[in-house]
Amino acid sequence: MGLIYDKDKCTGCMLCIKACNFAAIEKDGDKVKFDFDKCVLCGSCEEVCPADAILIERQTVDKEAIAQYNDVWVVTEIHDGRLRSVSYELVTKARDLADKLGEKVVALLLGHEVESLAESLIHQGADKVLVVDDKILADYTTDAFTIAVTSLITSRKPAIVLYGATSNGRDLAPRVAARLALGLTADCTGLDIDDERQLVQTRPAFGGNIMAEILCPYTRPQMATVRPNVFKPTEPDTSRTGEIEKVDFSISPVQVRTRVLEKVSEVVEGMKSVEEADIIVCSGRGIKDPSNLELPKELAKLLDAAIGGSRPIVDLGWLPPTQQVGQSGRTVSPKLYFALGISGAIQHCAGMSSSEIIVAINKDEEAPIFELADFGIVGDIFAIVPEIIEEIKRVKAER
Amino acid sequence: MKIIVPVKQVPEVAEVKVNPETGTLIRDGVPSILNPFDELAVEEAIRIKEAHGGDDSEVTVITMGPPQAVDVLYKAMAMGADKAVHMTDRIFAGADTWVTALTLAEQIRKMEFDLIICGKQAIDGDTAQVGPEIAEILRIPQICYVRKVEISEDGKFVTAHRETDEGYEVVKAKLPVLLTATKGLNEPRLPNIMGIMKAKKKPLEVVDAEKLGVSEDRLGLKGSPTTVRKVFPPEQRAGGIKIDGENPKEAARQLVEFLAKKGVI
Ligand SMILES: Cc1cc2nc3c(=O)[nH]c(=O)nc-3n(C[C@H](O)[C@H](O)[C@H](O)COP(=O)(O)OP(=O)(O)OC[C@H]3O[C@@H](n4cnc5c(N)ncnc54)[C@H](O)[C@@H]3O)c2cc1C
Ligand SMILES: Nc1ncnc2c1ncn2[C@@H]1O[C@H](COP(=O)(O)O)[C@@H](O)[C@H]1O
Repeated sequence: MGLIYDKDKCTGCMLCIKACNFAAIEKDGDKVKFDFDKCVLCGSCEEVCPADAILIERQTVDKEAIAQYNDVWVVTEIHDGRLRSVSYELVTKARDLADKLGEKVVALLLGHEVESLAESLIHQGADKVLVVDDKILADYTTDAFTIAVTSLITSRKPAIVLYGATSNGRDLAPRVAARLALGLTADCTGLDIDDERQLVQTRPAFGGNIMAEILCPYTRPQMATVRPNVFKPTEPDTSRTGEIEKVDFSISPVQVRTRVLEKVSEVVEGMKSVEEADIIVCSGRGIKDPSNLELPKELAKLLDAAIGGSRPIVDLGWLPPTQQVGQSGRTVSPKLYFALGISGAIQHCAGMSSSEIIVAINKDEEAPIFELADFGIVGDIFAIVPEIIEEIKRVKAER
Repeated sequence: MKIIVPVKQVPEVAEVKVNPETGTLIRDGVPSILNPFDELAVEEAIRIKEAHGGDDSEVTVITMGPPQAVDVLYKAMAMGADKAVHMTDRIFAGADTWVTALTLAEQIRKMEFDLIICGKQAIDGDTAQVGPEIAEILRIPQICYVRKVEISEDGKFVTAHRETDEGYEVVKAKLPVLLTATKGLNEPRLPNIMGIMKAKKKPLEVVDAEKLGVSEDRLGLKGSPTTVRKVFPPEQRAGGIKIDGENPKEAARQLVEFLAKKGVI
């Protein structure tokens, strides 16, 4: 079941063995054999087989049904009265996808007294903004937002729906997907349209060890959550015009089964969020003592950067959990990332390897972080970072 | 209180390597473990049972996975879970998150529960979708990414600290509820010898597609709305310049020059 191998058709060319990323195919005399404990049915072998000896059983695509779905939607997210930057990033990316399809970009703005934000989404590239304004949407709850998004999708049939891979986006999107029995690709770092007008969703898996391209061939809309900070927003065009449509519908409080009793911010005054910063200065266990954090803080201040920490630093309580970078913390991709006294464990790298430029300073020449670093300095952070601060000040003064 | 914990066996991703020549995952010799976030979920379930235990209280762990995935069920039972369900069948293979959730939910539907606790995400796929999808299929509320859980005296409500992008929020809901466990929830216990011995005698039910009673078309790869078109190794960052920091001033000068040239400072 799943993969059907026709031994008689197999010519023994062994191309499938090369194509398999999971080492699940082995030579078996002049034919091959499959190890189904390793096989993930990804279809790479099926694609390369010149003899059509491998068939992966799939559903059939109903082209007519799919053709009824059009436009690229972005479910935007409001925090503290403003749109999160990921919403603008997604509208920018949606513009690009919609242009390839010859379709429209529609942004969903859900909240209370939020209509004033709609204009900025049009400036960013949206053709239309659907505003759902309701007191019940003032704070995020799974139930209210799921009802709002699913009913809009059901009545208007978009081809693609994108969500930010934030705490709320990743809470909401799977709920919507399950209600509508749709596929959903998590935490994408790449999106494109292929020749068959399908959304190609690229995402890392196995702690960033491998990338996967995922399609949703049989159902519409195609949905993805998208990692913040991966797509850069374009400069807003204030001359752009578009349509703002207020959608009326009411959600009854009894449909909302959770109650938010309190919201607690752990964002420290003056400490930038690592997800939204262009530059991050991240410290690891090499920093030795919490009082030493003054040094990275000084560098961060100079560069208007956010302060981050590896897991041990956060576990020790030296920095709040919001500043942890890595697999169990935040995923970041700033323009510039400083790793100070960080060894570069895979769980840490999973959260920062898509940064544009990585600078690492570490005493240990063998530290794995150097494999990622665009610029590595083998040395002591306490000797080098003060010099970097001086040098930046000097260069800035010269400009 | 009846608590169900869906758990997954995952490779220790820190030890997964990619063969640089072929771009294939080297999984041979990589140990399989109980997903670390699921360990938090099992621990929390045992603690809640201990604190609110009536005689009918029990913790059931459930997994969908190949035959060897039974190991994680024994591990959870050695920690203190009371019984286990192993959903295993070749037909389940290739399931995406929606079908995984459906398969688990169709089984959970037949069981009694007040609370379901999942891990925040499985460290192999990192999707964090199966939990909320199970909740939706079962039509119960969810509170995701919880760091702290409190059950009311009367055992009817749960109040949880849910992690957000800025900190956390305190959320209350009436049971049954599905929670997903994140870091900071607790320190999972290590199973002791007694626990490991006892686990061997605890009830373990095996469920295949036929017993589940869901048609093949809705299971495994065939039922999955998503398909993987291609997997490939990530672009290797060509580890760039590496200099010696013996002379800190000179190292700093070179770095700043490099950054200025790149236009980032
Ligand atoms: C399930 C799981 C999830 C995890 N999630 C995360 C995560 O989200 N984020 C994360 O960061 N980690 C995570 N980890 C932990 C991860 O495996 C590592 O333990 C951690 O990243 C190590 O942090 P570190 O580099 O700061 O410390 P170490 O590994 O101890 O490295 C410290 C480095 O500092 C260098 N050093 C020391 N003194 C100096 C000096 N004076 N000057 C220069 N260099 C110096 C040393 O050479 C060393 O390389 C996770 C682990 C698991 C199992
Ligand atoms: N095959 C599975 N069997 C049992 N539980 C699972 C399975 N896959 C995922 N889960 C549960 O869902 C959570 C999230 O997984 P994921 O969506 O794959 O990141 C995990 O921490 C488990 O609690």
